Amino acid sequence: MTNHWRDIRNADLILINGANPAEAHPVGFQWMLRAKLDRGAKIIHADPRFTRTSAVADTHLRIRTGSDVAYFGGLINYVLQNELYHKDYVQYATNAAFVVKDSYQFKDGLFNGYDPQKRVYDATSWAYETGPDGFAKTDIQNPRSVLNLMREHYRRYTPDMVARITGIPQDQFLQVAKLVGEMGRPDKVMTIVYAVGLTHHTTGVQLIRSGAVLQLLLGNIGRPGGGMNAERGHANIQGNTDHAISWDILPGYLRVPAPGQHNLTDYVTQSASKKLQPTSLNFFGDNYRKFMVSLMKAWYGEKAVSANEYAFDYLPKPASNASWLSIFDQALRGKMEGLMLSGMTATSIGPDSNQVLQALSKLKWLCVMDAFATTSSEFWRAPGVDPKSVQTEVLMLPATHWIEKDGSFTNSGRWAQWKEQVLPPQGEARHDHWILAEVFQRVRDLYQQQDGKFPEPVLALTFPYADPRRPTLDEIAKEINGYDLTTGKRLATFAGLKDDGSTSAGDWIYTGHYPETGNLTKRRDGIQNPAKNDPTGMGFYPGWAWSWPLNRRVLYNRASADAQGRPWDPKRPGIRWDPTAAKWVGDVPDYPPTADPTKPGAPLPFIMTGEGTGRLFSNGVADGPFPEHYEPVESPIDNPLHPSVSATPVAFLYDKAAGRDNRFGTSADYPYVATSYRLTEHEHYITQQVEHLVQLQPEPFVEIPAELAKEKGIKNGDKVRVSSKRGKLEVRAVVTKRLGALQIDGKKVYQIGIPIHWGFVGINTGQHWLANALTPFVGDASSRTPEFKAFLVNLEKM
Amino acid sequence: MELTRRQFLQLGATSTGAVGLSPLGFDLVPARQVKQRLRVEGANVSHTVCPYCAVGCALVAYTRKAANGSVDLLQIEGDPDSPVNEGRLCPKGASALQLAVSRRRVPSPMYREPGATEWKQVSWDFALDRLARNIKASRDRTFVTTDAAGNVVNRCEGIAFAGGAAFSSEEGYLATKVMRGLGVVYLEQQARV
Repeated sequence: MTNHWRDIRNADLILINGANPAEAHPVGFQWMLRAKLDRGAKIIHADPRFTRTSAVADTHLRIRTGSDVAYFGGLINYVLQNELYHKDYVQYATNAAFVVKDSYQFKDGLFNGYDPQKRVYDATSWAYETGPDGFAKTDIQNPRSVLNLMREHYRRYTPDMVARITGIPQDQFLQVAKLVGEMGRPDKVMTIVYAVGLTHHTTGVQLIRSGAVLQLLLGNIGRPGGGMNAERGHANIQGNTDHAISWDILPGYLRVPAPGQHNLTDYVTQSASKKLQPTSLNFFGDNYRKFMVSLMKAWYGEKAVSANEYAFDYLPKPASNASWLSIFDQALRGKMEGLMLSGMTATSIGPDSNQVLQALSKLKWLCVMDAFATTSSEFWRAPGVDPKSVQTEVLMLPATHWIEKDGSFTNSGRWAQWKEQVLPPQGEARHDHWILAEVFQRVRDLYQQQDGKFPEPVLALTFPYADPRRPTLDEIAKEINGYDLTTGKRLATFAGLKDDGSTSAGDWIYTGHYPETGNLTKRRDGIQNPAKNDPTGMGFYPGWAWSWPLNRRVLYNRASADAQGRPWDPKRPGIRWDPTAAKWVGDVPDYPPTADPTKPGAPLPFIMTGEGTGRLFSNGVADGPFPEHYEPVESPIDNPLHPSVSATPVAFLYDKAAGRDNRFGTSADYPYVATSYRLTEHEHYITQQVEHLVQLQPEPFVEIPAELAKEKGIKNGDKVRVSSKRGKLEVRAVVTKRLGALQIDGKKVYQIGIPIHWGFVGINTGQHWLANALTPFVGDASSRTPEFKAFLVNLEKM
Repeated sequence: MELTRRQFLQLGATSTGAVGLSPLGFDLVPARQVKQRLRVEGANVSHTVCPYCAVGCALVAYTRKAANGSVDLLQIEGDPDSPVNEGRLCPKGASALQLAVSRRRVPSPMYREPGATEWKQVSWDFALDRLARNIKASRDRTFVTTDAAGNVVNRCEGIAFAGGAAFSSEEGYLATKVMRGLGVVYLEQQARV
C-alpha cells in the first residue's frame, strides 16, 4: 500500500477492483465503511461477482474478469477528454510534460521495439528525448509530450469500447466516470483498493499501473485518503517481499545482479535510476551503491572489502527468470533437483496442479517445513498417484507457529509490528530460522571437511549470533537495521549509510526501526489515547509500531502539497511546509525535511525516481510504456481493440518453450469464463486443519449463475464437473444470482466462480479437490504472476 | 481514575447485581464473577499479531503456566488499543487459538524414502543431516561458476526455496541471506501466488 488501512477512512471515493475486502479482509474493510458512514464517501465495486463488498457499495459494476485495463483506460480517457485531471498536480508532480523520442509507436496492438521471435520488447526503446545536458526535454504542448501521447493512446477507450470489452453498460460506466472525474478537484480524493484479483493475470502489472496512472492524473498519489492500496493476503507477505525472498531482488528492492556485471560499478550503472531533471533528487539512484555496499557488509563482513568489490562475485547471478512458474518448469525439464517449501504448498497453489504434481515427482528431494501436513508433503500419495512410482525423497520438518516465536510481521500498510513469543514450541517443533541456521552450519561443516564447488561464499557468510545454530530474532533485527561499523552503534536512518565499507545494513528500508534507543516495532501508543497518540488527527499514529521507510505513513507524501508546500486540501494535510520553523510538518516527509519549497531549485516531489515525478509513461515494465488491454490467454473473444494481437504478445509460454504439449483450451471446447477466489472462513490451505473454520465452510463448491444453471438443468446442491484443458473439479454447485451473464462484444458470456481452499489434506479429506488443477501455467510478462483469475472451463451436471 | 479492562468487567458485573435480580429470577453476579476469574484471573498477558491475512490485526493472548510447567493458552482476542483493528477480529482471527494449539500438528520429523509407501519417523539429527547432505550434493552437481559467455555467475541452478509469508520478517531475512549464501537463485514466496 502507498497508504495504510486506517487511512482509507480519509477518502471521498473508494474504487475497489479485483478485491472483495468485506469477505477477504473484513477487519480492514471497516475503514472503507467508516469513510462511507462517517463522511459520506462512495464505494464503487467492480467485480465479476456481487459479493458482500458489493452489497454495501454504492455501485456494483459487473465486470468481466481480466478486463480492468479497459475500465481504467475508459476512466483515463473520460478524465482527459473532459479536462477533469488535476492540472497543477499533473504539471508539478508527473512526467506529463516530458517529450518522448519520435521512435515511439503503438500500432495494431504492438508498441515499438518488439521482437516477434523472442516475444519480448526492448524496453529501452521507450525513452525520453534528451538534451545535450543529458536531461529529458519537457514541453507539455509538444505533440509527443507524455500527456499528448496519452490522450492519443486512450482515445480508443470510449464508453462503447469499455462496454464491449468489460460488459459494463455504457450508462452505468458514465455515471461512475462522472464521480471519478470529480476526484481531480484539489479538495477531493479517491483511493483505489485492489488485491490478487488484479495481480493474477498475464496483464497484472499493467492492470495495477492503469489504476496508478488514473490516480496520478487525478492528483491522488501521496495524499491521505488516496493512493494505490494492495490488500495483501498473508500475515507477512509484505515483510518477506521487503527482505527479498524473491529471485529478482535483494533486500530493500535492490535489483539482483545479472550476468555480465563484473563489478559494483557495472551493477549500479545498470540497476540504479538516472537523474533526468536538474532538480530531481534521484535519492534511490544516487544512493544505490551505499545501500548495496552496506548489504554486502552485513552478509560478508570482513570478507567484503573495497579491493574485492565488497565480495560482489560471491552473489549468485541468475541466467533468466527464476520465479514460481520457472521453478516447476525447471523441475519438469529435469533440471531442478531439490525444493524447500516453508509455509506454502506447491500442489494446491498451482497453477495447473496436475502439472505441478508431475514436477514434484521429478525432483530428487523435497523438504517441507510446516506445522501441519500439506498437499506437497503428501504429494507422493495424492489421490491417483502410485507412491511406488514416485522416486522423490521427502522430508517433513515440523516447524513452529507464529505464536511460538517472536519477531515482526509487516502488514499491507507497511507497519512492522513486533509480536511476543506467547507459547513454547509444541512437541518437537522447531523454529524455521533455527532449522535454516542449523542446516546452513551443517552444510558449512561439510564444505570444511570435503571438497566442493566454490565453497568461499558458504564459508564467508557472516553468522554473528551468540549461538550460530540458534540465532535470536532480536539479533537478526539489529543486523537488518544496520550499524556504523566504526562506532559499533546502530544507525537511526539510512541517510547514515556509506559506500566505503564503514556501515552495514541488512535491508536499508528498515534502517531506523531498531536504533540505539530500542526496537520501535514494539511501540504501542494506539487508540487508548487518540489526542496524544494521533497528534495530526489524520490517523497516522506514529507511536504505534513502525512503518518503512523512516516511520512514514503515506508514501510520496510530498505530492500531498503544492509546489509551495501548501496542502492541496488543508482539511486533509499529509505534510505542510512551516516557514516559521523552516521545516516540513505532519507525516514524516517523503522529502528532505528542511528543504524550502519556495526557493528556486527546490527538489522535485517524487524523490525516488530519476524523473523527480510520478510516471504516467514508464519503461520500467516489460509490456509497454502505457497500459493496454489484452485478453487473457484463454478468452471467449478476440480483443476488440486489435484482434490480430489479442492476448499480450510478451507472456512467456513455458510449455511451448519446453516442447511440452499445449495446455491452453479454446472457447469452442471450454465456453465459460472462470475465476478463482477466497472465502472469509479460510486462508489458502492451512485452515483445512482448523476445526471451527472447517465447520463453517466444510466443503468445496463452485458458484454458477442462475440463468446458466437453468440452461444446464443444474439445481442448487447438484454435483457438477468443471473442467479445463488441464484438469477437472467435481464438486457441488451453488446456483446464485450473484453471478450473471455479460454481453461481451455482442456475445453472451457466463462467468463461474471457484473458491480455492480445498485439497486432499486436512480435516475433510480424501478427495482430489484442487481448484488450481484448472488454472493455466502462464504468467505476466513483467512479474510472471500466474493467470489464476481468468481462464476457460466447461461445466457439466454429473 | 484509570480502570484496567479486568476491573471494568468486574465493576460491570457488580453493578448489575446492585440493581437486583436478573430477568431470569436469580442473581447472576456470582456466576459472572466466577466466569471472569476462570477466564483471565492470574493469566499472563502478551501481545501478538494475527497469522492470517495482512491487515495485521493486533492480538492479546492470555496464558497460564500449569502445575506441570506447561503453558496453557486460555484466550486470544483483538487488541483494543490497535489503530488497525481496534479490537475487532474476523472468523479466522477469532479462532486463532485452534491454529495455535492443535492435535493435528506434525509431531516429529518424518522421512519418506524414494518409492516408499509410508512415512518413517526420524530424529532431528537424522533429518538435518540428510537435508544438509542433499543440499551440498545438489549444489555441487548444479553449481555454475562461469557461464557460456565467460561471465562469473556463481549460481546454484538445481535448488529452489519457496516460502516465507508465515515467517517473522527476521526469519525471512535469514532465509534470503542463507539461500543467496549457498548460491541459490530460485527463490520465491507468496507475492506472486
